[in-house]
Amino acid sequence: MSEAVWILGIHMTKFGKHPDLDLVDLASEAAIGALADADVPMNRIGVLAAGNLLGAAQGIGQQLQKQIGQTGIPVYNVANACATGATALRTAIMAIKAGECDMGLAVGVEKLAGAGLLGAGARPSTSGTWTPSGRFGAVTALDGLVGTEAMPGVFAQVGMEYGHRYGGTSFELFARISEKNHAHSTLNPLAAYTKRMTLEQIMGDVMIAYPNTRPMCSANCDGAAAAVVVGDSALSALSLAQRRRAVKVSASVLTTDPWEPSCQVLPDVNTLTRNAARQAYEQAGVGPQDLDLVELHDCFATAELVHYDNLMLCEEGGAVDLFESGATWRDGALPVNVSGGLESKGHPIAATGIANVWEVCQHLRGEAGDRQIDGARVGLAHVIGLGSACGVHILERAAA
Amino acid sequence: MTAQIPLVDYLVLGDEPHLEASECTSCGARFFDRRNACAACGASGFDRVPVARDGELRAFTIVSFAAPGVPVPFVAGVVDCKGTAVRANIVNVEPDSQHITLGMPVRLTTWSLGPDEQGTEAVGFGFEPVRVNGGRR
Repeated sequence: MSEAVWILGIHMTKFGKHPDLDLVDLASEAAIGALADADVPMNRIGVLAAGNLLGAAQGIGQQLQKQIGQTGIPVYNVANACATGATALRTAIMAIKAGECDMGLAVGVEKLAGAGLLGAGARPSTSGTWTPSGRFGAVTALDGLVGTEAMPGVFAQVGMEYGHRYGGTSFELFARISEKNHAHSTLNPLAAYTKRMTLEQIMGDVMIAYPNTRPMCSANCDGAAAAVVVGDSALSALSLAQRRRAVKVSASVLTTDPWEPSCQVLPDVNTLTRNAARQAYEQAGVGPQDLDLVELHDCFATAELVHYDNLMLCEEGGAVDLFESGATWRDGALPVNVSGGLESKGHPIAATGIANVWEVCQHLRGEAGDRQIDGARVGLAHVIGLGSACGVHILERAAA
Repeated sequence: MTAQIPLVDYLVLGDEPHLEASECTSCGARFFDRRNACAACGASGFDRVPVARDGELRAFTIVSFAAPGVPVPFVAGVVDCKGTAVRANIVNVEPDSQHITLGMPVRLTTWSLGPDEQGTEAVGFGFEPVRVNGGRR
């Protein structure tokens, strides 16, 4: 059995618009912050995993090293859709578990402010001769002619399909999920948007893809997050202060979507999340009932609902009832997205899978300030990227 | 008669336009795009099989905001055609949640995308609601 891995230090930047900071500035701020939080120097780090999705070919890891320390360690530049940050974190964790080093740094960074609609490109003008091309033998771009390729509509259908299967969903129900997350965001100073929104405001806002209005969509913004991870034996040699604040990574799981009959038509975000959750609970030796808080991938309000079920926070088919019970509000039995979630905290893609771990760590350390979930001991962080990739981390407060 | 070309190669035109899937000869998994091997079982043999023209609307969204050049609003959906899931637009219906409901019966229809410079007409497909008492067709 490989040794346990701990979060020793973790940091996220303010999410939002950072016109004066470039990618490397944001990544540096997060990395330097995580090192300071861990109270270790860069030359103590044995591996660097760096995620940046939109600039995946640019080698953000090496660019970052040139600002914070070129120590010659291996760098893994990772890109894995919206699970990029979780993949970076898991890469550093795996290096420790493999015994290659005893301390690692994972960073995720994205500049996405003003990026607009993701998943769909502008339709090229058609002229000349209709000519089939590509794997569908299509004579023109299919977005808008054969369904939608843009994220808001894809995830709208994910929520609608759940409603078709189990009933109980409505435009208003999805909007109320968004209302919760926007309410939660008012306590998070690092969120991109911290404005409480009424149900009427949410439902009356610009419709993007029914039933998702604009505030029900994740907010494109800039941001970065970073974590220092450490193995058990190295941690035991550190100071009491460091050990006390360390957070145990009880489970680190990455899955992709297994083939399902309709996954080629509408991405199946359910099966791989369910598989990841099952593996994570088994690794951690905890169950959903043991969780004190969950940060899940609410890229759209419609997505949050299905992930209640996928993460087994409710019985199968019981996501609507779980939400209606009030459990997922911050004063409920199982608070979900007390950070404000992607809908208000924001979703700088590659940062998200570390920022959600940061949020859970804040609570487990008792350092979450006004939004502290009292007595939090165990938390779960989930991301999913289309294609697909799903990352789940379960975190536990230090016993000390 | 004007020459026609389907929007996608899995749309078969003619008197009874229908969709055609590649079905894995080993496990029966169905695909609409060109595959090197079966994503379900790894086998590499495929047969072309017709897909039912009638189905049930399993999920939809009404897209009001799309990429530049994509006309809105339009209704995107997933139709369960007797066990085969199909991605398509839902057409010939008011694009609002009063007229489109989950589970409603729909059927395949085709429409023209217009001619190219040689006069060849591209033909697309969608699904329209099935009217119980006298349809539109």
